Amino acid sequence: MSNPQTFQIQEISAHPGSVPGQGTQRAVEVCKYIDVTTCIGCKACEVACVEWNDHPFRETTFDNTYQTMPSTEWNYWNLIKFAEDERDGNLMWLMRKDQCMHCEDPGCLRACPADGAIIKYENGIVDFQQENCIGCGYCISGCPFDIPKFNEKTKKVYKCTLCSDRVGEGLEPACIKACPTGCLHFGTKDDMVQIANTRAKQLREESGFADAGVYDPQSIGGTHVIYVLHDIKRPQRYGLPANPVIPPSYTYWKWLAKPTGLLMAGLGLLAVFFHRVSVGPMLPQPEDPAPIERQPDILEAKRKEQP
Amino acid sequence: MSALVERFDQRARREADRIGSTVVHRGELLRHPVYTRVLHWLVAISFILSLLSGFAIYSPTLFKFLAPLFGGGPRTRLLHPWFGLFFNIFFLFQFLNWLTPMLWTEVDTRWLKRIKRYTTNEDKVEPPDVGFFNGGQKLYFWAIVLSGLLFLITGLLMWFDDVVPRWIVAVSYVVHDLAALLMLAGFIIHIYEGTAAIPGTFRAMTNGTVTQKWAWTHHPAWYRDVTGRDPSEDLERVRRRQAERARTLEMWERQQDEREKVPPPTTGT
Repeated sequence: MSNPQTFQIQEISAHPGSVPGQGTQRAVEVCKYIDVTTCIGCKACEVACVEWNDHPFRETTFDNTYQTMPSTEWNYWNLIKFAEDERDGNLMWLMRKDQCMHCEDPGCLRACPADGAIIKYENGIVDFQQENCIGCGYCISGCPFDIPKFNEKTKKVYKCTLCSDRVGEGLEPACIKACPTGCLHFGTKDDMVQIANTRAKQLREESGFADAGVYDPQSIGGTHVIYVLHDIKRPQRYGLPANPVIPPSYTYWKWLAKPTGLLMAGLGLLAVFFHRVSVGPMLPQPEDPAPIERQPDILEAKRKEQP
Repeated sequence: MSALVERFDQRARREADRIGSTVVHRGELLRHPVYTRVLHWLVAISFILSLLSGFAIYSPTLFKFLAPLFGGGPRTRLLHPWFGLFFNIFFLFQFLNWLTPMLWTEVDTRWLKRIKRYTTNEDKVEPPDVGFFNGGQKLYFWAIVLSGLLFLITGLLMWFDDVVPRWIVAVSYVVHDLAALLMLAGFIIHIYEGTAAIPGTFRAMTNGTVTQKWAWTHHPAWYRDVTGRDPSEDLERVRRRQAERARTLEMWERQQDEREKVPPPTTGT
């Protein structure tokens, strides 16, 4: 959570009506750029994250790898993922810093049914507002990167904030500050994309990684965390989806079919009301008093009397 | 299995009748015993609570209106699965209780074919073969069975979303909504038919009784079964007597009018 005076909100989850102040500020899109090729897996970023966010220490899981635990947790937002791969018959050890990708089109925000539980700032940061979270967990299924995590005790969902509290004060995220190799960068989206492209070009031309490229998936409008990967054609090797998508349940269904359903329910109510008014009730027979067979039509009689 | 269910239901009905009671007055018929009535309202209450709390989560527009009813968003989220679970449990008992009278027959197919005549009140009384439940009621019952199952399955998948794959949760979300819309359509019609559209019906679920007139008008075959009399003959007899009574009354009124020198009514000119 950040200072709302520093950040202008761009989108609010499940918010009926417009977003106050939307587009009234000139905001620069921020971006974190991760160069996986220079990551040494030291986990300084993991520690910095836990330290800055004052997270309680938790048990790690040892499964014969260097990885701290199988996936990010509600109080462990930053995790180096280790993967073993092969290149030209040799072992290739891949290390990727996993955290929230801060999607341009955030699946968590699309899925969220609680007003104001997830907000996206004009600068691209997607932030959870736990005070508005109802703990339904829809965001977990909306996220293509398996990032939001549920806290059983508080019944709320947590994830990386891109250190919105630091960014709001003009500082870089804690993980960036901690990185010893300079594989983490933070700046405007334009700058980061440019640096990443330069690095990918360097890898392709000078280091023999012919398929090196920038991971900034356009299927969700790009992300505010981008990677340079050795092999952009197979992001699955790093545990990244090649084509991340938001389930249509949270897009078309939510914004088109759901209101249509509500409208139909409303029309149904109107239909039964006007059925009662026009067709009328079905009364037990015989009706008491009996209905008159033909009712004299006063207006018709008057009209006929006119010469 | 079915014998066991039958024994259980009979016992439940007996026990419920021992605690509560249904008073049948002259000219009335017992429609629903205490057990059925209690089950019906347990199902109804849990359904309405599920509906309201569910609609808060269903629509961002309704969220602000409905979530406060349950003490805010988090509590709405917490309660909704339990309301739904109770709805399913109560409806299971109602399902067993009503399974036999709700079985679909060709009478119901015929009833459904003349649904247009029914909705436009073309016929003053129902066809003579309409029994305890008509085709529409049976359709609603089976719609609840279907959507109740869908609710339960998809609801559990969404409840335990930490172990269920992401895409299954996303699909469940849609199926859950579809079940709700199906149920809501039936629910609107059900309430309307039970109150404003067919006067004399609501008391079947409160007092447990209906008038004989109501019975031969809406469920003639059931009337024949429980009274052993012909519904159309009884209707005709009452109709004849009513006409006679009206004629006599009219004659008496005319005599009174003559004595009091009241001019005859004009056609309004």
